[in-house]
This record gives sequence, C-alpha cells and structure tokens, in this order.
Amino acid sequence: MSSESGSTYLPQGLPIPVAEPDGLSAPYWAGLRQNRLLVQRCRNCRIWQFGPEWLCHRCHAFDLAWTEVEPRGHIYGWERVWHPSHPALRERGPYLAVLVELPHAGRVRMVGNLLGDPMQTVAIGTAVIGVFEHHPQANPPFSLLQWRLTNQV
Amino acid sequence: MARTPRERSLRGRVAVIGIGETDYYRHGASPDPEFKLALKAILAACADAGIDPRDIEGFASYSDDRSEASRLAAALGIHRLRSATMQWGGGGGGCCAAVANAAASIVAGLSDCVVVFRSLAQGQYGRFGQATGIDTISGEKAYLMPYGVLAPPQRFAMRVQRYMHEHGVRQEALRAIALASYHHAQSNPRAVMHGKPLDASKYDASRWIVEPFHLYDCCMENDGAAALLLVSEERAKEYRQKPVYVLGAAVGSGYRAGAIPHNSPLYASANFDTVAPDLYRMARLGPSDVGVVQAYENFTGGVAMALAEHGFFKPEEANEFLTFENLIAPSGRLPLNTSGGNLAECYMYGFELVLEAVRQVRGTSTSQAKRNDVAMVIGGPMVTPVSNLLVGSEATL
Repeated sequence: MSSESGSTYLPQGLPIPVAEPDGLSAPYWAGLRQNRLLVQRCRNCRIWQFGPEWLCHRCHAFDLAWTEVEPRGHIYGWERVWHPSHPALRERGPYLAVLVELPHAGRVRMVGNLLGDPMQTVAIGTAVIGVFEHHPQANPPFSLLQWRLTNQV
Repeated sequence: MARTPRERSLRGRVAVIGIGETDYYRHGASPDPEFKLALKAILAACADAGIDPRDIEGFASYSDDRSEASRLAAALGIHRLRSATMQWGGGGGGCCAAVANAAASIVAGLSDCVVVFRSLAQGQYGRFGQATGIDTISGEKAYLMPYGVLAPPQRFAMRVQRYMHEHGVRQEALRAIALASYHHAQSNPRAVMHGKPLDASKYDASRWIVEPFHLYDCCMENDGAAALLLVSEERAKEYRQKPVYVLGAAVGSGYRAGAIPHNSPLYASANFDTVAPDLYRMARLGPSDVGVVQAYENFTGGVAMALAEHGFFKPEEANEFLTFENLIAPSGRLPLNTSGGNLAECYMYGFELVLEAVRQVRGTSTSQAKRNDVAMVIGGPMVTPVSNLLVGSEATL
C-alpha cells in the first residue's frame, strides 16, 4: 500500500535519510522508493538481519542478500511525542511513533509512525500493516515506511 | 622468571583522594567557557586532596569530552603526561568506565596520579534536546529522525514503555524516583533545583515530553564541570582526605545490545545484564551489601530498569520497591541519588553522581545515608556501553 501523493504524517523539514558514504543501507532506501521493503538475509545460514551490516552476525558470511518481505507485523513498543524537538514540529502537536516487530522476517524491528488519530489508544501486540510514504519533492527525494492498524485498512 | 598468578582486579588497588566541581548552572548560564570549567574543577579536586596539580600524570573522560588531555596537560603545566583515555560511547554510559580506565592505568603501572573529569557547557556547544541544522542523516539516526524520533527522550521512551508493559510497572514508580532526587536536592546548596521542591501533584500536572515521560522524568541540561583524583592504594593515605577505595567497576553490554535501530535482542533492558554480575564479582559483594546508590537518570524509567538489573528488586516488584519512602536518606531501604542527581543537582553527564558516592563514603553528603560504607554508581542506563562502580571505606577492604 502506498500513501496518496502529497500527504505525509509529519511536516517537511525533518532530517532526510540517506545511505552512508560506504553504501551499506542504499538498497533499503532505494527499495522504499519503489514500494518494496528489503531486509538483509544471510545467503549462507538464512538468518535475518536489520539494521544492515556488512557481515552476518551468526555465521560471519559477508554481503547478505537484500530480500523483499511483506510489510506487516505487530506493535512491539510505542510512544506519543508531545515536546517538539525540531523546528519543523512546532505546530504539529502530538504524534505517535511505534516499534514494529516483523515475525515473518526473523522478528526484526523497525521504527515508524502509527497513522491515524494521534490520540488513539495504542496497545502492544496489535497487528499493523506498512504504508509507503513518498517524499518526491524533497532534495534528495526519499520514502519512509509508516504503519496503520490492520483492522482499519 | 616464574610469575605468581595474581587475581586481575581493581578491588582495593586505587583510591579517590580528591573531588571538585565548579558551580553548576542552567544550560547556557555559565559565565566561563567549557575548557575553563574543566580547569576549575580539576584545580578544585587538587585543592581538596592537597596535591600540586603539576603532579597529575593522566586524564580520563568519556562521551567525547571536548577538553582534550594534551591541552589540559599544557595548560596546567604538568611535568609529564603518562595516560590519556577516552571511553567510547555516548550519554552517561562512560561515567564509571572513565574511572575504571583511570584505575586500570594506575594498577598497570602506566600512570600514578590520574584525574577523571567531565566538562560541559551546553549553552556554548548546543543542546542534546534539540535536533537542528541537520539536512540529511545516515546510519542509526536515519531510521529514527525522519519519524520524529530525534532527541534522547524520544529515543528511549519506547524501550521504557515496553519494560512497563512486560513487568506491569506503573507511572508511580517512575514518579518516586523523580521525587527522591528533588527531595535530596533541597538539602544540597550546589543543586540547580535547590529551593525548587517537587511533589506528587506537581509531577502529575507537569506536561508530557513523550509518554511515558513527564517533564520531571527527564534530566536537566546544564553547564559545569566535575573532577576526581585517583592514586594507587599505597599512596592513598598521604593526602588530606579520608581515602575512598574502588571496590569494583565494570563496563560494556550484553549480546548485540548495539544492534540498531532498536534491534537488540534484550530490548526492554538498561543493558546491565552482563555488567552488573561483573561488578559484584570483582567487588566480592552483592546487592544487600550496598547502602546507597547513585543511578544515572537520563530518564526515570532507565533508573527503574537499572536498579532491577543490579538485583535490588525483581522487575515485578518495582511498584512495591520504588516508593518515595524507600528511596530517601538517611534510612530508606535504598537511598537513591542523594545529591539530587541528573534531575535536580546538575546534569554533569553523571559525573556529579560519582562525586556524590565519594561524599557518601566520606560521610560528607548533604543527605547522608545511614549505611555508607559501600556506595554504588550506575552509569548510562539503556545506552551501550554502560558502566558501574562500587566504592568503599578502608573498612570494606
């Protein structure tokens, strides 16, 4: 699922994610731009790994395969942010950030925003589904992976 | 030549002979530049010990302190520099590790008199609580900042929320930690929050920074510097003050604690799962031997987690243990942050906590604990590496 153009959960002006100079995470960020969630998986021992690293932490094989996974999981942790720590958020009001666990990808976790009412009750364990949020006008352009409650899709 | 096997330990091998700090200021309020603050704290520690500052031989710090060892050595005109250690990692995770590194330099014969210090003028170099002037970001923060997870409270709230969920910890437990720090600060004229008491209703009414942290669950941001002097135990009694001995120290974190972003296997943790047992093993002590604790409050939730990981209570007992009455000097079950700590004395990156542990053992705290022979410091919950420290009187050796 992809968000409608022009609508983003947080205002523009926050730091733009880019790959490191050595390119470690470049496939991940490029994947998001194409509505694809890519996670590292070891070609040798098959373990999942996120965030990315050059080396498999279990068997020490280099250069893990970037593997597409379905963006769904459940809420592992959450927070409602009230204090704006960036000028771009001053007029925003409270917003929700969640830590989502992906059981079908080795239980790796990723942080995103929980779309919808920022004052909604959030429960750990609730199923969520990913929403690709594109920022084509940004310089450089980038995409994020946001989350929405599965039963509200 | 045959070598006698010897236990590798810091226990009783080095002593704190002097402590010193500058006035503590609200962030941006220091009239002095950061480097001058460092010099003032170091000179105060030397005066406390009765030592010529030129006899310092080494410097140890953490969290990328900007007051660099060679500049300090030149500024102070020390005779020669023999050790210069910087502990990797951010936050207060290094506040005890810096002491351990200095102690190790002395025990290994690299240096005889080492100053451990932290200096910080946030008004001059930018605050931790604001993320500005960043256009693009890569690495760990790239997975967090675009989602508004920017500053330290936002980076740690989810972890605490998960811990509260797993163990049924209530907001009142976090509140008790904040109330204890503020209570002790009211007796401490050094404390930035001296004369500004906090009670339960004021805590409850305070704004959320990020749930589950109210304003008073978060450390202050301050300007100042603090320092202490370490020498070997053989020389410990040559100086003005009653020596306070290092009984043990430990540094690090458990398996893949550094897996970013938020992917450490033991997520709902302060990261002392391996470090707390190491400390007790070196000190040959257990939690029941500890009379008073200074625990780094980046956020109150991290203190709750760290205390449980040091064996003072089981996580499921947090609500019963973490009450205001239990946490205050002189006679609570475990007097906590008796100077006011990061919340109410000064956020000197936790180094004010190390000085306070020394004061407790000396018997000179403004909120003296009844059981003060063994004092603990816990540095940097939830970051990696973390560190911890036990200090004690001569009677504990």
